[in-house]
Amino acid sequence: MALAALARGDLPGTDTDRRVSILPGRITTPTLASFVRSVASVDEVGVTERVASLATRSIKKESKMDALTLAVRMMDLTTLEGKDTPGKVAQMSSKAIRPDPVDPSVPSVAAVCVYPAMVPYAVEAVAGSGVKVASVATYFPSGQIDTKAKLVEASSVVALGADEVDMVIDRGAFLCGSYFKVFDEIRRVKEACGDRAHLKVILETGELGGFDDVRRASMLAMAAGADFIKTSTGKVQPAATLPVTLVMLEAIRDFYAATGVQVGMKPAGGIRTAKDAIRYLVVLNETLGSAWMTPDWFRFGASTLLNDVLMQIRWLKTGRYQSADYFTKD
Amino acid sequence: MSRLDVRKTYKLYINGEFPRSESGRTYPALDSKGEVLARVALASRKDLREAVRAARNAQTKWAERSGYNRGQILYRIAEMMEDRRATFEEQLGDGGVSAARARTEVAKSIDRMVWYAGWADKFSQVYGNLNPVAGPFFNISTPEPTGVVGVIAPRDPSLVGLVSRLAPVVVSGNTAVVLASEPQPMPAITFAEVLESSDVPPGVVNILTGSQSELAPWLADHMDVNAIDLAGADDKLRLRIEQGAVHNVKRLIGVDGVLDGQSPYLIAAFTETKTVWHPKGL
Amino acid sequence: MTKAELLRAPSPPLDWKYAPSRESTEIVSLNERYGLFIDGKFQAPLSKKYFPTINPATEEPLAEVAEAGERDVNRAVKAARSAYDDSWGSMPGKERAKYLFRIARMVQERSRELAVLETMDGGKPIKESRDVDLPLVAAHFFYYAGWADKLEYAFPGLDPQPLGVAGQVIPWNFPMMMLAWKVAPALATGNTVVLKPAETTPLSALTFAALAAEAGLPPGVLNVITGAGATGSSLVNHGDVDKVAFTGSTAVGKLIRSSLAGTGKKVTLELGGKAAHVIFDDAPMDQAIEGVINGIFFNQGHVCCAGSRLFVQESIHDRFVDKLKRRLSTLRVGDPLDKNTDVGAINSAEQLAKISELVEIGRAEGAEMFQPDCVLPRNGFFFRPTLFTGVSQSHRIAQEEIFGPVLSIMSFRTPEEAIEKANNTPYGLSAGVWTSKGSRILWMADRLRAGVVWANTYNKFDPASPFGGYKESGFGREGGRHGLLAYLKGIT
Repeated sequence: MALAALARGDLPGTDTDRRVSILPGRITTPTLASFVRSVASVDEVGVTERVASLATRSIKKESKMDALTLAVRMMDLTTLEGKDTPGKVAQMSSKAIRPDPVDPSVPSVAAVCVYPAMVPYAVEAVAGSGVKVASVATYFPSGQIDTKAKLVEASSVVALGADEVDMVIDRGAFLCGSYFKVFDEIRRVKEACGDRAHLKVILETGELGGFDDVRRASMLAMAAGADFIKTSTGKVQPAATLPVTLVMLEAIRDFYAATGVQVGMKPAGGIRTAKDAIRYLVVLNETLGSAWMTPDWFRFGASTLLNDVLMQIRWLKTGRYQSADYFTKD
Repeated sequence: MSRLDVRKTYKLYINGEFPRSESGRTYPALDSKGEVLARVALASRKDLREAVRAARNAQTKWAERSGYNRGQILYRIAEMMEDRRATFEEQLGDGGVSAARARTEVAKSIDRMVWYAGWADKFSQVYGNLNPVAGPFFNISTPEPTGVVGVIAPRDPSLVGLVSRLAPVVVSGNTAVVLASEPQPMPAITFAEVLESSDVPPGVVNILTGSQSELAPWLADHMDVNAIDLAGADDKLRLRIEQGAVHNVKRLIGVDGVLDGQSPYLIAAFTETKTVWHPKGL
Repeated sequence: MTKAELLRAPSPPLDWKYAPSRESTEIVSLNERYGLFIDGKFQAPLSKKYFPTINPATEEPLAEVAEAGERDVNRAVKAARSAYDDSWGSMPGKERAKYLFRIARMVQERSRELAVLETMDGGKPIKESRDVDLPLVAAHFFYYAGWADKLEYAFPGLDPQPLGVAGQVIPWNFPMMMLAWKVAPALATGNTVVLKPAETTPLSALTFAALAAEAGLPPGVLNVITGAGATGSSLVNHGDVDKVAFTGSTAVGKLIRSSLAGTGKKVTLELGGKAAHVIFDDAPMDQAIEGVINGIFFNQGHVCCAGSRLFVQESIHDRFVDKLKRRLSTLRVGDPLDKNTDVGAINSAEQLAKISELVEIGRAEGAEMFQPDCVLPRNGFFFRPTLFTGVSQSHRIAQEEIFGPVLSIMSFRTPEEAIEKANNTPYGLSAGVWTSKGSRILWMADRLRAGVVWANTYNKFDPASPFGGYKESGFGREGGRHGLLAYLKGIT
C-alpha cells in the first residue's frame, strides 16, 4: 500500500501524478462533479463529539512546555489590514524574529503573513533570520475576479520574494458546481509558485455548506496541488474551529493513504489562547501523528495568540500568573 | 438618630437588564390601604417594542437548549424564589393578603415552578408520538414552541397568577413578554430579579409594569408575536386582543379564564405540532 | 547555510508524549470500615462479617464493607416496609419530587468526589466517570424527580400505584449509574428500596446513601446492604419484597427467575448482550471508526450493550480494519486516575481471567488477533484492547459475551445478510448501524431484534430514553416514560 511504498522510496510517478491519481481519467467539470459527490460524507455530530473528547486531554508540565514552544515555531504571524504600512510590517517582523525580548530561548515563529503590497518590506525585515514570508494572493479575501488577474498577482508575489503563497479558492464556483474552475485555478497558481514557494489553499470553510463540502473541497485542493490546506481568511465568521480542523486533517490522512503525498494544514482566525493552540495540537497529534508535528506540515494563522502563548511559557517557567503589560505588542 | 434606609428604584425587566421606561413615566403602586408603596415604571409602546425584539432574538437559542437544561433553569428559579420568600410574603401582605394566605400562596408558587421544571424533559413524551400510518413510512409528531408569547398577567393573585401563566409558556422553549398586574406590580418586579439571578438567558422573559389597557392593544396588534395568553384580561381587553390577533393569526390561550391551575395541556397550548415523514426501505 | 538552505532545512517533528496528569484522590475521604445502611443510618452487620474492596488498578485495599446475612437482609426489608407504610407510600408526589430534586442537585455538587471514588473502586477511567457516569446519575434523578407528581399523565387510563418494597441488585460496571437507574424511578413512583451493590464496587452506593440522608430522605426509604451472591439471593427471595429488579449476567438472571417462580413477585431483568455493529459502505467512515471504538472499548468493554460483533460490508472491510488498527494504537491504556487514560483497569482478577480465557479460545478457533503495542502497568488488572478478524458466526468469540475490550470482526455483503446475522443470537439488547442513507437506517431499525438501536452513533444514554432488551437480554425498560412501568401496579 501507498505508505509502505513511500517508506521504501519506490512509489512510481511524480508528485503531481500521484495527486491526480485519485481523480477520474479525464478532468472536466462533469467528471470532477462525480468525483466530488463520491467523497464520503461526514457526520457532524460524530466530529463534534470526537473533538470534545480530545479537548479533555490534560497537557501538563514538560509536555505543555513542548507544545507551547512548538506552537510558537508553528505560527504565521499575520497582519492583513487595509491600514498596514511598511512600519507596521517591520515592527511585526521584529516580533516574529524575537517574540520575547526578555527570554531569548523562545524561538522565532515560522513566518510572517502579509498582503502583496507589503511583501518587499517583509522580505527585507526578516532577511537572514530563517523566518519565512507568506503572502496572500488571488485577490484575497474574496477571490471575486477573473482567473487571469489572480495568476498575475500570484506570480508577482513570488517574484517579490514570498516563500509561501496563501491563495483563496473560488467559493462561488465551488458552490455552483463549477469544479473544473476551482481545480484549474489551484493547479495554475501552483505552477506559478514553481519550486520557489509553497502553496497554501484557503477553503474559507465558513462560506461552505458544512463538513461534507469541507471534505470535498479538501480532496479537490490536494489533488490540484495544494502543499497546505487552510481553513479561513479570517475575514469571515466562523473562521477556524476544532471540528472543521479535524475534518480537514482526516481528509489529509485519507489522501496520504491513497497517494503517498503528504499535505500540511493551517487553521487560521479565531485561535486566541494558548489553551486553544494546545487543543489544536492534540487533535493533530492524535489524528496524523508525530510526522505532522512540525512547522513544515502545520501552521497557526494568528496574531493575538502569540502573546498568550508567551504568557503561558513564562507562567510555566516562573510559577506566577502573568500580566499583558510584560509582553510587547509588536 | 435612627438610620435612613436606601429606597429601591423599581424598573422594567427587558433583555436581562433593568431599564427605566424610555418615556420616563412612572405610576404609584398602592398598598391595600391606598398608601403609596413606591413609584414603578409605566412602560410605553416603545418599551414593549423593545421587549418583543429581545424575546424574538432570544427565542431560537432558548428552544435549542435541551429540555433537561431548561428544566434545570426553571428549578433554579424555584431555588431563588425560595430564597426570597420573605420579600414575596411581605409584598403580598402589602396587597392586603393575610400572613397565612401569603405563606400559602408563595409556597404554592414555588412548588408550581418546580412542577413545570419537571415537565421540560418529558412533556413531549406525553404529547408527541409516533403515528402508525398505512405505508412504509416513519411518521412522528413532535410539539415545538410557537415562538414569542405575550402574557397578560392576572391582576390578582399577583404572584401565583403570574407563575401559573408564565411557566407553561417558557418551559417548552417559547419566550415571553409579560404585562404585569397593574394594581399589584411589586411581586412581578421581585420575580424579575429572581429570573435575573437564575441563569435565565437575557430576553427569555421580559416584564413590563404599567397600564395593561394601554399596552395590551400594541401587543395584540404586533405582527411578530405568535400567541397571547389572555387569562388575566377583563372582557373589554379580551375583545380588543381578539381583534388584534386577527392580523397575523395569533394563537389565543386562556379563554377559560382559569388563573392559577396547572396542566401539561397548558404547555401544549403554546406549541405547534410538527409531523415528519421518512420512508423506510433500502 | 544560504538563505535558501536555511529555509529548506526540515524541522524535525516533535514526538509528543503527554506527561502524567493524575487526578488527586484528596477529595475522597474513606472510612476504614462501613456498616450496612439501614433505616437512615450505618449499622454493624448482625452477621459480624466484613470483606475488603480493592482498587483494581493497584490491587490495594480501599476499605472493608459488611457482608449482610439473612438477618441483616430481613432488617433492611423491615425498615423499607415501615418507611413505605408510615411515610413514603402516602407522601404526596410533589413532596417526593422535592427530595429527589435535592438529591440530584447534591450529586451535581459532589460530582467530582463521587467520580474519583467510582474510578478508585471500579477501575474505569476518571475521564469517563467524570464526564459520562456522574452527569448521567444527576440527570436520572432530575428526570425521575419530575415524574413523581405527574404519574397520572404517564399512562392514559392507568391509576398509578406503587408496588411497595423493591429489592434491587446491581452490577459492578457502572455502579452509580446503575444505582440511579434503579433507585430514581422506584422512589419517584412511591416505592421504598433495599439495594445491593456489586461486591467489587460497594463504596459509591454507601456514599450515596449518606448523601441521601443529608438530603433529608426519611429513614428506611433507601437502604443499602453490601454482600455477594448469597446476600443478593436472600434479598430477591425475601417474602416481603414486592418487586425485584436485577441487572447482571444472563446466567444469574435465569437463577433469579427460577427462584421467583410461583411467588407472585414482579420482576424486571437487564441481562447480557452481544450486540451487532453494522457498517455499510456509505458510512461516514472516520466517525464510524470512533463509534466502533467507543462501542467496544468504552469502560473497557464492560458494557452489556457493547458493540462486540462488528459486521463490515465486504467492499470496505480491509480499509476499515486498517483504520481500526491504527486507531487502536492511539488508545491510552493505564492508570484510571490519569485524566488522559482512555482504557482503564479490568474490574477484578476474576473478570480478567474470563476475558483471557475467551481470547485464547478465539485464537485457538482460528481467528486472527491484533493488539496494539502498549505497555501495561505492572500491578493491577489490565488487558490490551483486542480485535479479531476472520471471525465466523460459529466461533465462540462471536456468540459468547466476553465483557471485555475484545472486538470480533466479520464481513457481510447485503443488508438482508446483515439482519440475519445480527439477529442470529439469543441476546437482543442493542445494535448499531452506520450508513448515510436515512431510509436504510429505518429499514434496518425495523428489522433488528434489539431493544436499543443506535444509528450513526453508539453507546448513547439519556434518562428520557428507554433502555432494555429483547430475548435473553432481559425484559422491562429503564429510562423514559416506559421506565415507570416497572414500579407501578396494574400492568400484568
